[in-house]
Amino acid sequence: MTKVKFTYALKRFFPGLEELETSKTSIKEILDEIELLHPGMKGYIVDEQGVMRKHVNIYINETLIKDRIRLTDKVAPDNEVFIMQALSGG
Amino acid sequence: MPTSNHLLIGTRKGLVVYQLSNGNWTHKSTFFTGIPVSIAYSDKRTNTWWACLDHGHWGCKLHRSIDQGQHWEEIPAPKYPEGAEIKEGVPASLRLIWAFEQGGDDRPGKLWMGTEPGGLFESTDNGNTFNLNESFWNFPGREEQWFGGGRDYAAIHSVVVDPRDSDHIYVGISCAGVFETTDAGKTWEVRNNGLRADYLPNPQAEVGHDPHMLVACASNPDVLWQQNHCGIFKSTDGAKNWIDVTAENKLANFGFAMAVDAKNPDQAWVIPGVSDEIRVAVDGALVVCRTDDGGKSWQEYRSGLPQDNSFDIVYRHALDISDDYLVFGTTTGNLFLSNDKGENWKALSHYLPMVYSVHFCQ
Repeated sequence: MTKVKFTYALKRFFPGLEELETSKTSIKEILDEIELLHPGMKGYIVDEQGVMRKHVNIYINETLIKDRIRLTDKVAPDNEVFIMQALSGG
Repeated sequence: MPTSNHLLIGTRKGLVVYQLSNGNWTHKSTFFTGIPVSIAYSDKRTNTWWACLDHGHWGCKLHRSIDQGQHWEEIPAPKYPEGAEIKEGVPASLRLIWAFEQGGDDRPGKLWMGTEPGGLFESTDNGNTFNLNESFWNFPGREEQWFGGGRDYAAIHSVVVDPRDSDHIYVGISCAGVFETTDAGKTWEVRNNGLRADYLPNPQAEVGHDPHMLVACASNPDVLWQQNHCGIFKSTDGAKNWIDVTAENKLANFGFAMAVDAKNPDQAWVIPGVSDEIRVAVDGALVVCRTDDGGKSWQEYRSGLPQDNSFDIVYRHALDISDDYLVFGTTTGNLFLSNDKGENWKALSHYLPMVYSVHFCQ
Protein backbone atom coordinates (compact mmCIF):
# COMPACT_ATOMS: atom_id res chain seq x y z
CA MET A 1 0.00 0.00 0.00
CA THR A 2 1.21 3.49 -0.84
CA LYS A 3 1.41 5.95 2.03
CA VAL A 4 0.07 9.44 1.40
CA LYS A 5 1.17 12.29 3.67
CA PHE A 6 0.00 15.89 3.73
CA THR A 7 1.40 19.25 4.66
CA TYR A 8 0.19 20.42 8.07
CA ALA A 9 -1.17 23.55 6.33
CA LEU A 10 -4.08 21.57 4.88
CA LYS A 11 -5.25 20.55 8.34
CA ARG A 12 -6.45 24.11 8.88
CA PHE A 13 -9.17 23.48 6.31
CA PHE A 14 -9.59 19.76 6.85
CA PRO A 15 -9.07 19.17 10.57
CA GLY A 16 -9.68 15.44 10.28
CA LEU A 17 -6.95 14.98 7.71
CA GLU A 18 -4.54 12.16 8.53
CA GLU A 19 -1.93 10.17 6.68
CA LEU A 20 -3.58 7.44 4.65
CA GLU A 21 -2.75 4.30 2.72
CA THR A 22 -4.00 3.57 -0.75
CA SER A 23 -3.85 0.93 -3.44
CA LYS A 24 -4.26 3.48 -6.26
CA THR A 25 -1.48 3.55 -8.81
CA SER A 26 -1.38 7.12 -10.13
CA ILE A 27 -1.43 10.60 -8.63
CA LYS A 28 -4.72 11.37 -10.36
CA GLU A 29 -6.36 8.29 -8.85
CA ILE A 30 -5.01 9.14 -5.43
CA LEU A 31 -6.46 12.67 -5.61
CA ASP A 32 -9.83 11.25 -6.63
CA GLU A 33 -9.74 8.97 -3.61
CA ILE A 34 -8.79 11.85 -1.34
CA GLU A 35 -11.78 13.81 -2.67
CA LEU A 36 -14.08 10.98 -1.63
CA LEU A 37 -12.61 10.93 1.85
CA HIS A 38 -12.43 14.71 2.24
CA PRO A 39 -14.95 16.40 -0.09
CA GLY A 40 -13.64 19.68 -1.47
CA MET A 41 -10.00 18.94 -0.81
CA LYS A 42 -9.09 18.13 -4.39
CA GLY A 43 -9.97 21.72 -5.27
CA TYR A 44 -7.23 22.89 -2.94
CA ILE A 45 -4.62 20.88 -4.83
CA VAL A 46 -5.75 21.22 -8.45
CA ASP A 47 -7.86 23.78 -10.27
CA GLU A 48 -11.19 23.09 -11.95
CA GLN A 49 -9.40 21.87 -15.08
CA GLY A 50 -7.53 19.31 -13.01
CA VAL A 51 -4.18 21.07 -13.28
CA MET A 52 -2.05 21.19 -10.17
CA ARG A 53 -2.04 24.60 -8.55
CA LYS A 54 1.05 26.67 -9.11
CA HIS A 55 2.16 26.74 -5.49
CA VAL A 56 1.46 23.12 -4.64
CA ASN A 57 4.00 20.34 -4.98
CA ILE A 58 3.61 16.59 -4.86
CA TYR A 59 6.55 14.30 -4.20
CA ILE A 60 6.81 10.57 -4.84
CA ASN A 61 9.41 9.57 -2.30
CA GLU A 62 11.88 12.42 -2.71
CA THR A 63 11.16 13.26 -6.33
CA LEU A 64 8.70 15.88 -7.58
CA ILE A 65 6.06 14.53 -9.91
CA LYS A 66 6.68 15.30 -13.56
CA ASP A 67 3.16 15.67 -14.93
CA ARG A 68 1.49 18.60 -13.17
CA ILE A 69 -1.20 18.87 -15.85
CA ARG A 70 -2.63 15.36 -16.21
CA LEU A 71 -1.17 13.87 -13.01
CA THR A 72 -0.22 10.63 -14.72
CA ASP A 73 2.85 9.87 -12.58
CA LYS A 74 2.72 6.26 -11.41
CA VAL A 75 3.19 5.19 -7.82
CA ALA A 76 4.28 1.82 -6.47
CA PRO A 77 3.08 0.15 -3.27
CA ASP A 78 6.32 0.88 -1.46
CA ASN A 79 6.27 4.57 -2.43
CA GLU A 80 5.42 7.48 -0.19
CA VAL A 81 3.47 10.39 -1.66
CA PHE A 82 3.80 13.76 0.01
CA ILE A 83 1.46 16.65 -0.82
CA MET A 84 2.91 19.97 0.22
CA GLN A 85 2.64 23.68 -0.35
CA ALA A 86 5.43 25.56 -2.02
CA LEU A 87 7.42 27.78 0.32
CA SER A 88 6.18 31.05 -1.10
CA GLY A 89 4.20 34.05 -0.03
CA GLY A 90 4.77 36.57 2.71
CA MET B 1 -26.46 58.03 12.64
CA PRO B 2 -25.61 55.90 9.63
CA THR B 3 -27.88 53.11 8.49
CA SER B 4 -24.86 50.78 8.60
CA ASN B 5 -23.30 49.52 11.79
CA HIS B 6 -20.71 47.06 10.50
CA LEU B 7 -17.74 47.49 8.29
CA LEU B 8 -16.31 44.51 6.43
CA ILE B 9 -12.69 45.01 5.43
CA GLY B 10 -11.03 42.60 3.04
CA THR B 11 -7.29 42.66 3.58
CA ARG B 12 -4.18 40.85 2.49
CA LYS B 13 -4.20 39.00 5.80
CA GLY B 14 -7.84 38.30 6.50
CA LEU B 15 -11.32 39.72 6.96
CA VAL B 16 -11.40 42.47 9.56
CA VAL B 17 -14.75 43.58 10.97
CA TYR B 18 -15.41 46.92 12.65
CA GLN B 19 -18.62 47.67 14.50
CA LEU B 20 -20.32 50.94 15.36
CA SER B 21 -20.99 51.05 19.07
CA ASN B 22 -21.85 54.10 21.17
CA GLY B 23 -20.91 56.32 18.28
CA ASN B 24 -17.48 54.78 17.80
CA TRP B 25 -16.23 52.39 15.15
CA THR B 26 -14.07 49.77 16.80
CA HIS B 27 -12.51 46.47 15.83
CA LYS B 28 -14.92 43.62 16.49
CA SER B 29 -13.35 40.51 15.02
CA THR B 30 -10.96 39.08 12.46
CA PHE B 31 -11.60 36.01 10.32
CA PHE B 32 -9.43 33.95 7.97
CA THR B 33 -6.26 35.33 9.51
CA GLY B 34 -3.35 35.22 7.11
CA ILE B 35 -5.46 34.61 4.01
CA PRO B 36 -5.96 37.33 1.39
CA VAL B 37 -9.61 38.43 1.13
CA SER B 38 -10.18 39.97 -2.27
CA ILE B 39 -13.78 40.99 -1.55
CA ALA B 40 -15.84 41.08 1.63
CA TYR B 41 -19.50 41.72 0.98
CA SER B 42 -22.90 41.62 2.65
CA ASP B 43 -26.10 40.76 0.80
CA LYS B 44 -28.40 43.37 2.28
CA ARG B 45 -31.51 41.33 1.44
CA THR B 46 -30.51 38.45 3.69
CA ASN B 47 -27.73 39.98 5.78
CA THR B 48 -25.49 37.16 4.56
CA TRP B 49 -21.80 37.97 4.76
CA TRP B 50 -19.52 36.74 1.99
CA ALA B 51 -15.76 36.38 2.04
CA CYS B 52 -13.95 35.79 -1.24
CA LEU B 53 -10.58 34.28 -0.40
CA ASP B 54 -7.52 34.28 -2.60
CA HIS B 55 -5.26 31.65 -1.10
CA GLY B 56 -1.77 31.95 -2.44
CA HIS B 57 -1.44 28.18 -2.52
CA TRP B 58 -4.86 26.63 -2.58
CA GLY B 59 -6.80 28.77 -5.06
CA CYS B 60 -9.83 31.00 -4.68
CA LYS B 61 -12.41 29.97 -2.11
CA LEU B 62 -15.80 31.28 -1.13
CA HIS B 63 -17.26 31.44 2.37
CA ARG B 64 -20.54 32.78 3.73
CA SER B 65 -21.99 33.48 7.14
CA ILE B 66 -25.63 33.99 8.03
CA ASP B 67 -24.92 35.01 11.62
CA GLN B 68 -22.52 37.93 11.22
CA GLY B 69 -19.42 35.81 11.34
CA GLN B 70 -20.19 33.51 14.25
CA HIS B 71 -20.09 30.60 11.83
CA TRP B 72 -18.68 30.39 8.33
CA GLU B 73 -19.50 27.84 5.66
CA GLU B 74 -17.28 27.11 2.67
CA ILE B 75 -19.25 27.12 -0.58
CA PRO B 76 -17.85 25.49 -3.72
CA ALA B 77 -16.15 28.28 -5.61
CA PRO B 78 -17.34 28.87 -9.17
CA LYS B 79 -15.73 26.68 -11.77
CA TYR B 80 -14.95 27.42 -15.37
CA PRO B 81 -16.43 24.60 -17.44
CA GLU B 82 -14.23 21.85 -18.78
CA GLY B 83 -12.72 22.96 -22.05
CA ALA B 84 -13.16 26.70 -21.41
CA GLU B 85 -10.16 28.62 -22.71
CA ILE B 86 -8.92 32.14 -22.03
CA LYS B 87 -7.51 31.98 -25.51
CA GLU B 88 -6.55 29.14 -27.74
CA GLY B 89 -4.50 26.63 -25.82
CA VAL B 90 -4.79 28.40 -22.45
CA PRO B 91 -7.30 26.66 -20.16
CA ALA B 92 -9.54 28.94 -18.12
CA SER B 93 -9.55 28.48 -14.37
CA LEU B 94 -10.63 30.75 -11.56
CA ARG B 95 -7.78 33.09 -10.66
CA LEU B 96 -9.53 35.79 -8.62
CA ILE B 97 -12.99 36.75 -7.42
CA TRP B 98 -12.97 40.50 -8.08
CA ALA B 99 -16.63 41.52 -7.96
CA PHE B 100 -19.55 40.33 -5.91
CA GLU B 101 -23.03 41.84 -6.19
CA GLN B 102 -26.51 40.89 -5.10
CA GLY B 103 -29.29 40.68 -7.67
CA GLY B 104 -32.34 42.89 -7.55
CA ASP B 105 -34.75 42.90 -4.65
CA ASP B 106 -37.24 41.01 -6.79
CA ARG B 107 -34.70 38.21 -7.43
CA PRO B 108 -34.15 36.46 -4.13
CA GLY B 109 -31.07 34.27 -4.17
CA LYS B 110 -29.62 35.96 -7.24
CA LEU B 111 -25.93 36.81 -7.04
CA TRP B 112 -23.42 38.03 -9.59
CA MET B 113 -19.72 37.43 -9.46
CA GLY B 114 -16.96 38.91 -11.58
CA THR B 115 -13.69 37.04 -11.93
CA GLU B 116 -10.31 36.83 -13.55
CA PRO B 117 -9.90 35.60 -16.31
CA GLY B 118 -12.99 37.49 -17.44
CA GLY B 119 -15.87 35.18 -16.59
CA LEU B 120 -19.13 36.47 -15.15
CA PHE B 121 -20.79 33.94 -12.86
CA GLU B 122 -24.35 33.96 -11.59
CA SER B 123 -26.23 32.12 -8.89
CA THR B 124 -29.95 31.78 -8.38
CA ASP B 125 -29.76 29.85 -5.11
CA ASN B 126 -27.96 32.26 -2.82
CA GLY B 127 -24.57 31.00 -3.88
CA ASN B 128 -25.02 27.28 -3.37
CA THR B 129 -24.10 26.97 -7.03
CA PHE B 130 -22.64 29.37 -9.59
CA ASN B 131 -22.73 29.07 -13.35
CA LEU B 132 -20.69 30.86 -15.97
CA ASN B 133 -22.69 33.30 -18.07
CA GLU B 134 -21.87 31.62 -21.36
CA SER B 135 -23.26 34.39 -23.52
CA PHE B 136 -20.80 36.90 -22.10
CA TRP B 137 -17.92 34.44 -22.06
CA ASN B 138 -18.55 33.84 -25.75
CA PHE B 139 -18.86 37.55 -26.55
CA PRO B 140 -17.25 38.14 -29.95
CA GLY B 141 -13.70 39.40 -29.68
CA ARG B 142 -13.10 38.38 -26.06
CA GLU B 143 -10.06 36.28 -26.85
CA GLU B 144 -8.52 38.85 -29.16
CA GLN B 145 -9.50 42.20 -27.60
CA TRP B 146 -9.61 41.67 -23.84
CA PHE B 147 -6.37 41.68 -21.88
CA GLY B 148 -5.04 42.01 -18.36
CA GLY B 149 -4.77 45.32 -16.57
CA GLY B 150 -3.17 44.97 -13.17
CA ARG B 151 -3.82 41.23 -13.46
CA ASP B 152 -2.45 38.62 -15.81
CA TYR B 153 -5.75 38.32 -17.67
CA ALA B 154 -8.84 40.44 -18.19
CA ALA B 155 -10.98 40.58 -15.08
CA ILE B 156 -14.46 41.77 -14.14
CA HIS B 157 -14.24 44.10 -11.16
CA SER B 158 -17.58 45.92 -11.32
CA VAL B 159 -21.15 44.63 -11.54
CA VAL B 160 -23.88 47.27 -11.40
CA VAL B 161 -27.49 46.11 -11.14
CA ASP B 162 -30.14 48.67 -12.07
CA PRO B 163 -32.44 49.01 -9.05
CA ARG B 164 -35.36 49.76 -11.42
CA ASP B 165 -34.86 46.63 -13.52
CA SER B 166 -33.06 43.54 -12.29
CA ASP B 167 -32.46 42.36 -15.86
CA HIS B 168 -30.47 45.50 -16.60
CA ILE B 169 -26.81 45.11 -15.64
CA TYR B 170 -23.51 46.75 -16.40
CA VAL B 171 -20.11 45.20 -15.90
CA GLY B 172 -16.70 46.84 -15.90
CA ILE B 173 -13.62 44.97 -17.08
CA SER B 174 -9.92 45.73 -16.92
CA CYS B 175 -9.10 45.70 -19.73
CA ALA B 176 -12.04 45.62 -22.10
CA GLY B 177 -14.38 48.32 -20.88
CA VAL B 178 -18.04 48.60 -19.97
CA PHE B 179 -20.70 46.18 -21.17
CA GLU B 180 -24.46 46.23 -20.74
CA THR B 181 -27.24 43.69 -20.80
CA THR B 182 -30.95 44.49 -20.67
CA ASP B 183 -32.15 40.88 -20.73
CA ALA B 184 -30.49 39.42 -17.64
CA GLY B 185 -27.34 38.42 -19.44
CA LYS B 186 -28.70 36.75 -22.55
CA THR B 187 -27.23 39.42 -24.83
CA TRP B 188 -24.59 42.07 -24.30
CA GLU B 189 -23.55 45.39 -25.82
CA VAL B 190 -20.28 47.33 -25.61
CA ARG B 191 -20.65 50.70 -23.87
CA ASN B 192 -17.35 52.48 -24.34
CA ASN B 193 -18.35 55.41 -26.54
CA GLY B 194 -16.45 58.51 -25.44
CA LEU B 195 -13.83 56.72 -23.39
CA ARG B 196 -10.17 57.20 -24.15
CA ALA B 197 -7.48 54.55 -23.85
CA ASP B 198 -4.24 56.46 -24.25
CA TYR B 199 -2.18 53.27 -24.07
CA LEU B 200 -3.78 51.72 -27.18
CA PRO B 201 -2.64 52.29 -30.76
CA ASN B 202 -6.15 53.63 -31.30
CA PRO B 203 -7.28 55.38 -28.08
CA GLN B 204 -10.86 55.42 -29.34
CA ALA B 205 -10.97 51.69 -29.99
CA GLU B 206 -14.33 50.10 -29.28
CA VAL B 207 -12.88 47.59 -26.81
CA GLY B 208 -9.74 47.58 -24.69
CA HIS B 209 -10.57 50.33 -22.20
CA ASP B 210 -9.66 50.23 -18.55
CA PRO B 211 -12.45 51.38 -16.25
CA HIS B 212 -10.87 50.86 -12.84
CA MET B 213 -14.22 51.15 -11.08
CA LEU B 214 -17.79 51.60 -12.30
CA VAL B 215 -20.62 52.93 -10.10
CA ALA B 216 -24.15 54.22 -10.65
CA CYS B 217 -26.33 56.59 -8.66
CA ALA B 218 -28.97 54.50 -6.87
CA SER B 219 -31.74 57.08 -7.29
CA ASN B 220 -30.86 57.85 -10.91
CA PRO B 221 -29.06 54.84 -12.38
CA ASP B 222 -28.80 56.42 -15.81
CA VAL B 223 -25.96 58.41 -14.30
CA LEU B 224 -22.84 56.30 -14.10
CA TRP B 225 -19.32 57.25 -13.12
CA GLN B 226 -16.03 55.54 -13.67
CA GLN B 227 -12.55 56.09 -12.39
CA ASN B 228 -10.70 55.06 -15.49
CA HIS B 229 -7.01 54.42 -16.06
CA CYS B 230 -7.04 57.50 -18.27
CA GLY B 231 -9.12 59.88 -16.19
CA ILE B 232 -12.61 60.20 -14.75
CA PHE B 233 -15.64 59.71 -16.95
CA LYS B 234 -19.38 60.21 -16.45
CA SER B 235 -22.45 59.16 -18.38
CA THR B 236 -25.94 60.62 -18.03
CA ASP B 237 -27.61 58.37 -20.58
CA GLY B 238 -27.09 54.89 -19.22
CA ALA B 239 -23.52 54.45 -20.48
CA LYS B 240 -24.41 55.09 -24.11
CA ASN B 241 -22.00 58.01 -24.06
CA TRP B 242 -19.19 58.93 -21.70
CA ILE B 243 -17.75 62.39 -21.11
CA ASP B 244 -14.35 63.16 -19.64
CA VAL B 245 -14.70 64.99 -16.31
CA THR B 246 -11.07 64.76 -15.22
CA ALA B 247 -10.07 67.75 -13.08
CA GLU B 248 -8.54 70.62 -15.02
CA ASN B 249 -5.56 70.70 -12.66
CA LYS B 250 -5.26 66.95 -13.20
CA LEU B 251 -5.20 66.13 -9.47
CA ALA B 252 -8.42 64.15 -9.78
CA ASN B 253 -7.18 62.09 -12.66
CA PHE B 254 -5.55 58.72 -12.01
CA GLY B 255 -6.82 56.43 -9.28
CA PHE B 256 -8.80 53.30 -8.67
CA ALA B 257 -11.72 53.91 -6.31
CA MET B 258 -14.92 55.80 -7.10
CA ALA B 259 -18.11 56.50 -5.15
CA VAL B 260 -21.32 58.34 -5.99
CA ASP B 261 -23.98 59.63 -3.65
CA ALA B 262 -27.12 57.50 -3.58
CA LYS B 263 -29.46 60.51 -3.89
CA ASN B 264 -27.45 63.13 -5.74
CA PRO B 265 -26.08 61.90 -9.07
CA ASP B 266 -23.86 64.99 -9.35
CA GLN B 267 -21.91 64.24 -6.19
CA ALA B 268 -19.02 61.80 -6.49
CA TRP B 269 -15.66 61.01 -4.91
CA VAL B 270 -12.26 59.80 -6.08
CA ILE B 271 -8.95 59.32 -4.29
CA PRO B 272 -6.11 60.25 -6.63
CA GLY B 273 -2.74 58.63 -7.04
CA VAL B 274 0.23 59.34 -9.25
CA SER B 275 -0.30 57.75 -12.66
CA ASP B 276 0.48 55.17 -13.51
CA GLU B 277 3.88 53.60 -13.37
CA ILE B 278 4.47 55.07 -9.87
CA ARG B 279 1.16 54.58 -8.01
CA VAL B 280 1.62 56.42 -4.75
CA ALA B 281 -0.19 59.35 -3.15
CA VAL B 282 0.20 62.59 -5.11
CA ASP B 283 3.12 64.64 -3.73
CA GLY B 284 3.27 62.37 -0.71
CA ALA B 285 -0.10 63.64 0.51
CA LEU B 286 -3.35 61.75 0.73
CA VAL B 287 -6.31 63.69 -0.65
CA VAL B 288 -9.94 62.93 -1.35
CA CYS B 289 -11.55 64.79 -4.24
CA ARG B 290 -15.29 65.45 -4.41
CA THR B 291 -17.43 66.99 -7.08
CA ASP B 292 -20.82 68.50 -6.29
CA ASP B 293 -21.59 69.67 -9.80
CA GLY B 294 -21.42 66.56 -11.91
CA GLY B 295 -17.69 66.73 -12.51
CA LYS B 296 -17.40 70.36 -13.62
CA SER B 297 -15.17 71.04 -10.63
CA TRP B 298 -13.42 68.98 -7.96
CA GLN B 299 -12.77 70.07 -4.37
CA GLU B 300 -9.81 68.73 -2.41
CA TYR B 301 -10.27 67.47 1.14
CA ARG B 302 -7.20 66.76 3.27
CA SER B 303 -8.30 67.30 6.87
CA GLY B 304 -7.33 64.30 8.96
CA LEU B 305 -5.32 62.67 6.17
CA PRO B 306 -1.51 62.33 6.11
CA GLN B 307 0.12 65.18 4.20
CA ASP B 308 3.76 64.13 4.42
CA ASN B 309 5.52 61.00 3.24
CA SER B 310 2.33 59.18 2.38
CA PHE B 311 2.64 56.29 -0.01
CA ASP B 312 -1.02 55.31 0.30
CA ILE B 313 -3.19 54.54 -2.65
CA VAL B 314 -6.71 53.17 -2.47
CA TYR B 315 -7.70 50.13 -4.45
CA ARG B 316 -10.91 50.05 -6.44
CA HIS B 317 -13.08 48.28 -3.88
CA ALA B 318 -11.56 50.01 -0.88
CA LEU B 319 -13.90 53.02 -0.80
CA ASP B 320 -17.53 52.82 0.28
CA ILE B 321 -20.34 55.19 1.13
CA SER B 322 -23.39 54.95 3.36
CA ASP B 323 -25.46 58.09 3.77
CA ASP B 324 -23.08 60.86 4.85
CA TYR B 325 -20.41 58.36 5.84
CA LEU B 326 -17.47 57.38 3.70
CA VAL B 327 -14.72 54.95 4.52
CA PHE B 328 -11.58 53.91 2.73
CA GLY B 329 -8.62 51.66 3.37
CA THR B 330 -5.21 51.99 1.82
CA THR B 331 -2.37 49.90 0.47
CA THR B 332 -0.31 50.69 3.55
CA GLY B 333 -2.97 49.61 6.03
CA ASN B 334 -4.56 52.91 6.98
CA LEU B 335 -8.32 53.04 7.48
CA PHE B 336 -10.08 56.41 7.39
CA LEU B 337 -13.70 57.36 8.07
CA SER B 338 -15.63 60.55 7.39
CA ASN B 339 -19.06 61.41 8.73
CA ASP B 340 -19.47 64.60 6.71
CA LYS B 341 -19.33 63.41 3.13
CA GLY B 342 -15.57 63.32 2.95
CA GLU B 343 -14.70 66.80 4.17
CA ASN B 344 -13.00 65.65 7.37
CA TRP B 345 -11.42 62.30 8.10
CA LYS B 346 -10.51 60.31 11.17
CA ALA B 347 -8.14 57.36 11.21
CA LEU B 348 -9.68 54.17 12.56
CA SER B 349 -6.44 52.24 12.18
CA HIS B 350 -2.89 52.70 10.96
CA TYR B 351 -1.97 49.06 11.34
CA LEU B 352 -4.11 46.97 9.04
CA PRO B 353 -2.64 44.81 6.31
CA MET B 354 -2.99 46.09 2.75
CA VAL B 355 -6.69 46.80 2.24
CA TYR B 356 -8.44 45.31 -0.79
CA SER B 357 -12.09 46.12 -0.03
CA VAL B 358 -14.31 47.96 2.42
CA HIS B 359 -18.05 47.50 2.72
CA PHE B 360 -20.66 49.10 4.98
CA CYS B 361 -23.43 46.79 6.14
CA GLN B 362 -25.86 46.01 8.92
